[in-house]
Amino acid sequence: MGGKILLANIDIPGIRGFDVYRANGGYNSVTKALREMSQSQVNAEVTRSGLRGRGGAGFPTGLKWSFLDRKSDKPRYLVCNADESEPGTFKDRYLMHHLPHLLIEGLIISSYALGVNTCYIYIRGEFKYLVGVLEKAIKEAHQHGFLGDRILGTDFSLNIWVHPGAGAYICGEETALLESLEGKRGNPRIKPPFPAFKGLYGCPTVVNNVETLAAIGPIINMGGEAYSKVGRGKSTGTKLISACGSINNPGVYEIEMGLPVEDFIYNPEYCGGIARDRYLKAVIPGGSSVPILPAELILNTAKGERRLLTYESLADGDFETGTMLGSGGFIVFDEDACIVRNTWNLTRFYHHESCGQCSPCREGTGWMEKVLYRLEHGEGKKSDIDLLVRIAKNIEGHTICPLGEAAAWPVASAIRHFREEFEEHVLHPAEVIEKERRL
Amino acid sequence: MEHNHIINHPQFTRDGSPVAFTPEVFTKVQALISRYPEGQQKSALLPILHIAQEEFGGHLSVDTMDYVASLLDIQPIEVYEVATFYSMFYLDKVGKYVIEVCHTGPCTISGGEKILKHLQEILEIKSGETTQDGLFTLKEVECLGSCGTGPVMQVNTEYYEKLTPERVDQLIEELRTFANKDKPNDSAWVEKFF
Repeated sequence: MGGKILLANIDIPGIRGFDVYRANGGYNSVTKALREMSQSQVNAEVTRSGLRGRGGAGFPTGLKWSFLDRKSDKPRYLVCNADESEPGTFKDRYLMHHLPHLLIEGLIISSYALGVNTCYIYIRGEFKYLVGVLEKAIKEAHQHGFLGDRILGTDFSLNIWVHPGAGAYICGEETALLESLEGKRGNPRIKPPFPAFKGLYGCPTVVNNVETLAAIGPIINMGGEAYSKVGRGKSTGTKLISACGSINNPGVYEIEMGLPVEDFIYNPEYCGGIARDRYLKAVIPGGSSVPILPAELILNTAKGERRLLTYESLADGDFETGTMLGSGGFIVFDEDACIVRNTWNLTRFYHHESCGQCSPCREGTGWMEKVLYRLEHGEGKKSDIDLLVRIAKNIEGHTICPLGEAAAWPVASAIRHFREEFEEHVLHPAEVIEKERRL
Repeated sequence: MEHNHIINHPQFTRDGSPVAFTPEVFTKVQALISRYPEGQQKSALLPILHIAQEEFGGHLSVDTMDYVASLLDIQPIEVYEVATFYSMFYLDKVGKYVIEVCHTGPCTISGGEKILKHLQEILEIKSGETTQDGLFTLKEVECLGSCGTGPVMQVNTEYYEKLTPERVDQLIEELRTFANKDKPNDSAWVEKFF
């Protein structure tokens, strides 16, 4: 498959430090952008690249940038979303840990393009150990004239600050993140107004994911056109996929968009097949919020085409038979996995992480957790299964932020594809519990 | 963007003893506040609460929160509502080492529940409790972003991954020995990787 773009240099010893990073072409894109390109040229390259938000939504980055209110006389902000908390996702942590300068490089160019002089990296509190890594990279960039006043002798000045959160999944939602950055509870805001007009401190703000921003340097180096030729159709470039669950080689892989899911699971270069030679049962391919698919539907679409790792192919069949690329958190289940148990577990997660603002989410997630708990522990009724479908439907679309959907989809899709397993828990609870106890 | 008007007035507790950052820590706090625009000092609340928790006994007492409110010139309720929202702020006393075991989906596939059970057995406490010697608090937490290297637990700021019961035994032993020294190994991560 195609070459690596983000992780091309990851194996070079010492690449975390400035000197080695610079010696291997690091920060060339900053020199190029600041010295040879206008702000609008940088914006145009990013748009041309077809890059889409890597945090989960897949919204075109160039378009998001174009919404920024450039007429306002207020300061503008760029906020890097490093609040990676979606179960199954650990790519941003990997990227920041191994290539902190790649992120800093992307932040500098993006800030230049957006006319931003202050940038915050909002990182989840549990990653406190990474704060030091990022602060060190920022300090090095300052020392070498890539940050601070009049960068490389131009008129452009920029400061980057790292800001730790304190344990709240919801702060990955961009308006909750901004609230949190302002020192408040992470309650998502009603949109509109969008952050592009009223974001941090009521000022025009762009919030982008770590992986999205890390791609900006390489895009400037290779050109938007060349980047757009990597990948497939509207899924351009490469994507970091963090693979976990019942596979032989869990880890973070950079794949060219368009790689068949089957290759990703079985090729020794990637997941290397299912652990302990078991059968593949199901996959959640884009972080815990996206619909789970059984083996036959994750490998091939309902139309019988090979399923590919692209935004479009994974979504083929919509919610009936499809799923989403999401954040690229690829969770694999083998034949022994209990779907009911996993669904209960994830619902507990969403219940815990609901901010409590909207009653459908606050009450609905807790209700689903309770019902799933009793199903999993052999105390469920047959009517519980349809009750869950109904609760999920009543949360979906009735909340301020997408956490409602994120909590509803795993439940709805698990029942859609594995209803007989839920029924089994009602009809033969003792056998199911005994089987799980033995595993 | 200097905020030199931020003053370190100690907050007096109910028994009359003062709560205040040491001058060195206070300088750090001032620098933190200056990262945000004038008038937006409340932005520094989360980072400062992290520091306050470390400085004042591992948890946030009402007195500590009142002191932080006075530092940032905000109402105490603005601190309470934040401290109760985020899972990394502890309102009750915790042990010197807070052991947080991930119990979310991917970690349970890789054996997280076994690790949790093992910890409960060797520490002789349930989740949410602290050992009698005040050394360990055991907590179950949601996804730590370590799904490919589970089971995982975080002890204070440090991650321990790919755990086995044997490795857990060994770590607990190490921590018991370490506990006699002054400070937990909080900043060890950074040095390790450069």
